[in-house]
Amino acid sequence: MTDLSFVRGEIVGQRPAPRRSTGAVAWMKNNLFSSVGNTIMTVASVLFVLWLIPPLYNFLIGDAVFTDPEGLRGQACRIEGVGACWVFIRARFGFFMYGFYPDSEIWRVNLMFAIGIVLIIPLLVPKMPFVRTAAVLFFVVYPVVAYFLMAGGIFGLRQVPTGQWGGLTLTLIISLIGIILSMPIGILLALGRQSRLPIIKACCVGFIELWRAVPLITVLFMAAVMFPLFMPRGVSPDTLLRAIIGIVLFESAYMAEVVRGGLQAMPRGQYEASAALGLNKVKTMGLIILPQALKHVIPGIVNTFIALFKDTSLVSIIGIFELLNTVRAAGSDVNWSSPTHAVTGYIFAAFVFWIFCFGMSRYSIYMEGRLHTGHKR
Amino acid sequence: MKKQLITCAMAAAMASTATAAFAQTLAQVEERGYIQCGVTEGVAGFSFPDENNNWSGLEVDFCRAMAAAIFDDPDAVRYTPLNTNVRFETLSNGNIDVLSRTTTWTMTRDTDLGLTFAGTMFYDGQGFIVPEGTVESALDLSGAAVCVQSGTTTELNMADYFAANDLDGSNFVVYVTRDEVTQAYLDGRCDAYTTDASGLAADRTQFPDPSAHVILPEIISKEPLGPVVRSGDTQWFNIAKWTYYALINAEELGVTSENVDDMLGSENPSIRRLLGVEGDFGTPLGISSDWGYRIIKHVGNYGELYERHVGPNTALGLERGLNALWTDGGLMYGMPIR
Repeated sequence: MTDLSFVRGEIVGQRPAPRRSTGAVAWMKNNLFSSVGNTIMTVASVLFVLWLIPPLYNFLIGDAVFTDPEGLRGQACRIEGVGACWVFIRARFGFFMYGFYPDSEIWRVNLMFAIGIVLIIPLLVPKMPFVRTAAVLFFVVYPVVAYFLMAGGIFGLRQVPTGQWGGLTLTLIISLIGIILSMPIGILLALGRQSRLPIIKACCVGFIELWRAVPLITVLFMAAVMFPLFMPRGVSPDTLLRAIIGIVLFESAYMAEVVRGGLQAMPRGQYEASAALGLNKVKTMGLIILPQALKHVIPGIVNTFIALFKDTSLVSIIGIFELLNTVRAAGSDVNWSSPTHAVTGYIFAAFVFWIFCFGMSRYSIYMEGRLHTGHKR
Repeated sequence: MKKQLITCAMAAAMASTATAAFAQTLAQVEERGYIQCGVTEGVAGFSFPDENNNWSGLEVDFCRAMAAAIFDDPDAVRYTPLNTNVRFETLSNGNIDVLSRTTTWTMTRDTDLGLTFAGTMFYDGQGFIVPEGTVESALDLSGAAVCVQSGTTTELNMADYFAANDLDGSNFVVYVTRDEVTQAYLDGRCDAYTTDASGLAADRTQFPDPSAHVILPEIISKEPLGPVVRSGDTQWFNIAKWTYYALINAEELGVTSENVDDMLGSENPSIRRLLGVEGDFGTPLGISSDWGYRIIKHVGNYGELYERHVGPNTALGLERGLNALWTDGGLMYGMPIR
């Protein structure tokens, strides 16, 4: 009975997986050539990349003009088959960053951004110390400091009218103010829209539907051109201020709808549970509902932020010199004229916009990952 | 076109209410300490930010001349870059004092919008560009493949010109955007292309070899570009108008920014009046009587401005042509200061 010879006494050693299912060849077979359709797609994609990369490389790097030893300006980029004219970007970099801001005062802009970055880091990175201090400083003190740094007029700082602000600085100022203000206003509007008080509800619905229904260009046009006509003579708020207010109101209407989406996703049970705990309405909203609702709509919120950041380039139509407009205007300098300088300028502007939008997008993904509490699919 | 009509209508509606309110531009400007000048967002030679981020150009210099006349300081100007859609409204609503922005002087704009043109800084007009050595005159373009942007007055002007001169216009090549037109020309798909002469000159600076292309002397349409002020403020209008005439008279009299100090001792009564040595021509304008001297000293005469920004020695390389003095066969004619 013990002679069960077909039972192994020892365990057979592990053998490597069949060659056909491991290694580079197998990976390619599984992922790239698993079917006729996929094979065609793979070949087409490779051909497309091969077709795209060499000219792109040649234009951006190979044939591009990076330096200008002779100081030839536009002449430097006027050679046979020239690629990107990076020397144009180098020469006008300051203009793209700061616009018409006086050279001698640029340290003020840099200082403003430095302070901003120092203050915003504790707010963005989790588990940093001094979060509350930083929040108070950033949202209450910093705007005032930043304004006076930019505009001057006190403590012996030279006055710089907003007409001289420009470039990436202005793009960031407009979008930061837009982002920071449209969020709370949007939340209030969303809550107001759900209110049981008819007047508040009607006002919020009216506001949202009005601002969402008009194009941003129209808003800016009204703010810049028509608004001064309604004001008494001599009273004319700054053009930039008017544009920023227009953008904030416009974006907060969008934000309100995004937040409302989150609020509607909250089950009724959450409200009831909160009530059972004895929390009042404010606490219910602040501690139970909003944290969950906002977490649900992070992609939507960031989407709105990114759209806002890109929409700031529309202020160029009312003569505000944000990044795109400085690039365009610098391109009209005949001393720099060459076959590719204008295109290079646009590529540069696109790249700068992409960096910021991509940064926001990655940060939002990071936040979603950090905050996910069992809802992730 | 419809959009333009609406814009015009709006501007006209605003102008009717605005005119009365803006009667005292000079007083406001003096109180403020600077002129607000509407310029383009960047047009080569006319107004653009130069390498030191200062506004520069022929039309910018007109605003600088006004500032020199009023404040003895050509830098007492703040520039507002405007696009075509908002330029008239921005002038009407008082956000700028003078619009010096490649604006074509037309009857509608002069009469309907509550605005007034103060002069013509640059007689622009539609021209043709061809590769060097092909043809000498637009009249030789019969049967040529001429590229043009579709749906523009440029296209109609060219058709009219060809018909009027009995040229064969059957080979026009039409593209939707200006860039396509330029590219087609550079690729050799057309023998010539046409748009405003100043635009041709600006395009040419971006060609791989600008010197291989010439702009033909014929100008086939009227595009007089000039500074605009609000109607209803005669004093301000006069300052703008006479600033313009002073620029031209100075060139005619040979007064330049370099010799203007010597010219103060000139015996020529016209020069003495221009420079404010003789007679009082400041009081009627409400400004200092040496306003002419200030303009020439700080900014230069019209010829200097032209040479500095758009003339043959600049990258734009535009000949004086119609913009020469009347004594040289051009249209620039300054009314006498007397």
